[in-house]
Amino acid sequence: MAKIMAGVGCSHVPAIGVAMDTGKTHEEYWKPVFEGFKKSREWMKKQNPDVIFLVYNDHCTAFDSRCIPTFALGCGTEFQPADEGWGPRPVPVVKNHQKMASHIAQSLVLNEFDITIMNEMEVDHGLTVPLSVMFGDIKQNGEWPALVIPLCVNVVQYPAPTGNRCYNLGKAIRRAIESYEEDLNVIIFGTGGMSHQLQYKRAGLINSDWDKRFLDLMTEDPFGASQITHLEYLRETGSEGIEMVMWLIMRGALNENVTEVHRHYHVPASNTAVGHIILENSA
Amino acid sequence: MTKKEYNKIPGTIVFDADKSREGYHLNQFCISLRLQKNRDAFNKNEEAYLDAYPMSKEQREAVLKREWNLLLELGGNIYYTSKLAANDGINFQNLAGRMTGMGVDSYREMMLKGGRSIEGNRDKSEWGED
Repeated sequence: MAKIMAGVGCSHVPAIGVAMDTGKTHEEYWKPVFEGFKKSREWMKKQNPDVIFLVYNDHCTAFDSRCIPTFALGCGTEFQPADEGWGPRPVPVVKNHQKMASHIAQSLVLNEFDITIMNEMEVDHGLTVPLSVMFGDIKQNGEWPALVIPLCVNVVQYPAPTGNRCYNLGKAIRRAIESYEEDLNVIIFGTGGMSHQLQYKRAGLINSDWDKRFLDLMTEDPFGASQITHLEYLRETGSEGIEMVMWLIMRGALNENVTEVHRHYHVPASNTAVGHIILENSA
Repeated sequence: MTKKEYNKIPGTIVFDADKSREGYHLNQFCISLRLQKNRDAFNKNEEAYLDAYPMSKEQREAVLKREWNLLLELGGNIYYTSKLAANDGINFQNLAGRMTGMGVDSYREMMLKGGRSIEGNRDKSEWGED
């Protein structure tokens, strides 16, 4: 049977992708950001997952205002990195475990999570930046070391799904994955955040104390984290900090008791606080 | 208590269903600039390109004048308006420098020092606003 081994929480700042794609990771500005992912890349090699279930948000790339699904599951064969206005990232095409994705789609709907099924979808930095930071540089003509099942969450138009809903969706995703018959190692990523506001006069807001408490809650009290209100995210972590609800999907898919094997926090990357955590299911 | 409690947060426009409705054509115009062929057409003749998008006069003026904050007030969303900025060679951080009125350099400096503090930035009353 397939099994979820661990969860990864990780920011997906587009400028991080640009820094990698243009060879700037050794510059003073970026060094501390990437330093914190060294251990993560070694850990990823050791884990050698077959499949990554990757929770992220699309930034009006696959979904502009014409269609805004709250949860959309990538069920197509593969996903091309999109042109977001400055050319597509020079990274490999993302390949799906299509059979498992369709199993998950079916299981989720029968468990009353009525997700949207995407058989054609381009993916933006929300998905490819976490893969890049966790796997390191991979040439465009190479291959990602794992298959990827993408789940897009609407966090652009208010309201995003509640933290509670996300946490429970994580539990349903786990039931779906762990009822899939093939023996596969799966790691689930929850991406986005941490505190940041990109817009209007309060842009640049960072709340490190809040972020660090959120990281603590990820390890120690996920239910408590799932009860954080939208108003608290918006006020305390900036209008775009609400992306952190996506970490709760990841956390919901893990055991209640987890072992924190790594944590990284740095300000700034562009406008954003970069946060990262690796949680293994305790035996 | 106001109906939308998040409207008490200073310097912040929450892109909710009302804003999304108001900004629909503006945002769809902005996102069209994701593609090079559309950027080329827009840059060749902005007015003509905008004719295809039935936005309000105010929104259209704000686009032509690149009034970044006004665009958000009129229903624009940052992930959309940032495509117009990118077309002009302005990245997210430099756009934030403009929207905050701080200018690019002092904004960048603030971020390097840990960003804008939450203290004094939770409620409009702290900004002397209603």
